[in-house]
Amino acid sequence: MSNPPTNNPKYKWIGTRPDRPDGADKVTGRARFAADFNLAGQLIGKVLRSPHAHARIKSIDTSKAEALAGVKAVVTSRDFPEQPDVIVPAGEMQVNLRDVTRNIMAREKVLYEGHAVAAVAATNEAIAKQALALIKVNYEVLPHVIDVAAAMKPNAPLLHEHLMTEGAKPAAARPSNIAKRIEFAKGDTAAGFAKADVVIERDYTTQAVHQGYIEPHATLASASEDGQVQIWSTTQGHFQVRGFCARLLNMETSQIRVTPSEIGGGFGGKTVVYLEPLAVRLSQKSGKPVKMTMSRDDVFRASGPAPGADVHVKIGAMKDGRIVAAECTVAMQAGAFPGSPVGPACMCSYACYDIDNVFIVGYDVVSNRPKVAAYRAPGAPISSFAVESTIDLLAQQLKMDPIDLRLKNAAAKGTKTAYGVTFGTIGMVETLEAAKNSPHYKTPVKPGFARGVAAGFWFNVGADSSAAAHVGEDGTVTVISGNPDIGGSRASLALMAAEELGIDYDKIRPVIADTASIGFNFVTGGSRVTFATGLAVVNSVRDLIRDLKGRAAKTWGVDPEGVIWENGMAKPAGSNVGTFEPLTIAQLAATAGKTGGPINGHAQLNVTGAGPGFGVHICDLAVDADTGIVTVGRYTAAQDVGTAIHPSYVEGQLQGGAVQGIGWALNEEYIYNAQGRLANPGFLDYRIPVASDLPMIETVLVEVPNPTHPYGVRGVGEVPIIPPLAAVANAVARSTGIRMYDLPLSPPKLSAALDAARPLMAAE
Amino acid sequence: MAKIHVETTINGAPTEFLCEANQTLLDVLRDQLGLTGSKEGCGSGDCGACSVTVDGRLVCSCLVLAPEAQGAKVETIEGMAQGDKLHPLQKKFVEMAALQCGICTPGFLIASRALLERNNNPTETEIRYWLAGNLCRCTGYDKIIHAVMEVAAEMRESAK
Repeated sequence: MSNPPTNNPKYKWIGTRPDRPDGADKVTGRARFAADFNLAGQLIGKVLRSPHAHARIKSIDTSKAEALAGVKAVVTSRDFPEQPDVIVPAGEMQVNLRDVTRNIMAREKVLYEGHAVAAVAATNEAIAKQALALIKVNYEVLPHVIDVAAAMKPNAPLLHEHLMTEGAKPAAARPSNIAKRIEFAKGDTAAGFAKADVVIERDYTTQAVHQGYIEPHATLASASEDGQVQIWSTTQGHFQVRGFCARLLNMETSQIRVTPSEIGGGFGGKTVVYLEPLAVRLSQKSGKPVKMTMSRDDVFRASGPAPGADVHVKIGAMKDGRIVAAECTVAMQAGAFPGSPVGPACMCSYACYDIDNVFIVGYDVVSNRPKVAAYRAPGAPISSFAVESTIDLLAQQLKMDPIDLRLKNAAAKGTKTAYGVTFGTIGMVETLEAAKNSPHYKTPVKPGFARGVAAGFWFNVGADSSAAAHVGEDGTVTVISGNPDIGGSRASLALMAAEELGIDYDKIRPVIADTASIGFNFVTGGSRVTFATGLAVVNSVRDLIRDLKGRAAKTWGVDPEGVIWENGMAKPAGSNVGTFEPLTIAQLAATAGKTGGPINGHAQLNVTGAGPGFGVHICDLAVDADTGIVTVGRYTAAQDVGTAIHPSYVEGQLQGGAVQGIGWALNEEYIYNAQGRLANPGFLDYRIPVASDLPMIETVLVEVPNPTHPYGVRGVGEVPIIPPLAAVANAVARSTGIRMYDLPLSPPKLSAALDAARPLMAAE
Repeated sequence: MAKIHVETTINGAPTEFLCEANQTLLDVLRDQLGLTGSKEGCGSGDCGACSVTVDGRLVCSCLVLAPEAQGAKVETIEGMAQGDKLHPLQKKFVEMAALQCGICTPGFLIASRALLERNNNPTETEIRYWLAGNLCRCTGYDKIIHAVMEVAAEMRESAK
């Protein structure tokens, strides 16, 4: 514990930076990630994937594969029951069970390259691979469509012959690839634009990007003859793995026990199932444990990604910078099945600002790409890139400081959003001011560099959480929760428990329990764990304290109301209660047998009142005029974080999110060839940022406590990926004089734009 | 085809194994020897999660054929702590929150140690380029670079 505490005078533990409880395991290789689990006698499972972007499956012949020595089971869609047309939550997104079963194993058609068509389990990997080659699939190849604009055309190849646009005005007369139309309106934009001094209207596009977690999906499943199933898996939600497997395999949830491994990154991409139902079915058929891991190629072709989109933005403002009307249309890739995050993209687009007249339309569009999954603030970075770029154009046109322009329009307590919610206590203004006063913004831009600014908003979520706190015989405490720790949440949960209980952080051991050992928990996602599961932990500790006070009351022969809890000890509430020496947890634990048995607390709740978060990022960069290579020289992320429970891990969220956003802005994209096959399914050609691409990422933690949480916690994980896309693009525009409307701003694209502008600039 | 018999030294311990000619060192470490601290993130040498040293040279073990370990000294993450004492880099990574999910951490530690063994006074830029073969998707690298700089400073101090 060598790091200095922050100066949060209200608390003893909250705001300090102790070593994380799982630190030693993670630096020694001892921590077990999904692919590190093995069982005696396990088989290796492998998936046969479609080479086509779009094709009808006429027949599948698995007989030769089944006959191969060492092959113990083969499954196809015939091994999975048909599912009803029912929408269920999947992490922060919604999915249709009818589609989920088709995504894990293609039925009538393959809808994207990499779509699973069969799976085998064999005694080793070599035999499993040999078996895949022996499966004969007879395809009727169909015309495919990759891009949103093309997929929306009336004559586009149809992915789902019966898909009618939900919410279309007028109602859809015939099927299309547009799954849904949504709309959010506030005020009268026509009147707003009519009075505006300045109107700016632009079109933007972004490409699909992958979450890029370093640990590929992996699972180990063991089914026994009595119908019980155990699963070890890398997931952001083991209760969701249990729920999906139960539905997709027609089982009862109590028959399935899922143990989450340590998780090697997820960012939203591990809130859905791919391998688990296949591994369970293969294990059921073979009677052996089955281990499955995705290759990196599989991960790119068949999991995630986050969507690309076409975005149209129109903003009208008065000369003083006041925005009086704003419109946005987002047409978003859903991948092969309906369900893109176009809803949050629309809702977040203007949420940073207090604007009277807003009109937002979103389209959810299917095409022959893998089904999209959540990625950190799903949808928001995309609409925000377009809106924040347009606001930068407005700042340039009005010759206003970009932070001042945003301050002029900033949302505050009482602002009504276009999606209907009225904000409570939020920190948008404070975050803008903190960014303006940051050492970075106060320092003049270095010669050769230019500066971009952008803001971002995310709701943050609460939802279902359970937690328990158990006192051991020696008075130390185990805190049990059910959310995989993806970035240090064990530490923040233990800090809140220590603060509440008044004992030392290292007397508390946080444990993440499997699905059979703690009540239901919603996924690790939506920036909810430290907030919502944190609240469940706080409540479980309060329940524990109530029990401890009762034990002291019993020991002293007084009423429980006569006992208070202070600094980890039970004390008489006042001299009228009597004179008793305080009792520590250890003392109460030693006599627990005489005062009522084991001392435990528990809590389960549906958490509401998540505090929204706002971020403002500042990016200084230089553009090489010959190569189009962008060098980020300085970067600062300011964010309204509520209360920083463990400031190092809060800073880490801001830094990591910012860098993912920088990658999205500068290099990352799914590239398809003419056959609809992904051309860059590896880390060499899909280039995520590396250490030498980056400067240090400075952080400014703005603490505007969330009034609904006992310690003021707001989610912090998602906001920081939103501002970088426009912060980078705005800096590029100010550096080169060329506004780029299509992400990523990769060297080939940027150098082409620079070349195209050169004779023009010379002529001027 | 008969398997190849390999005699090697792993984390100081004489070790023998049988492998196929086309098996990678990473697969043998993980699947045969139970040393699962080295991770497979890509299998193509792009992510560095499987970093080990072979005769002191930093390599991706997914790009090394297992038979190449014959007669060599292989060091993996499992050999980095001495008894119950963490290596200064391991200690500093935990203290400075230089990891979030932890999947890339073994590779970063092995690579960072290889750097500091060669150069205990690297610039920030030298550290960033040395670690450019190790991908981390969680941290944005900031706290990793700071941790390595701090350990280098401590090493220089104790060498005085």
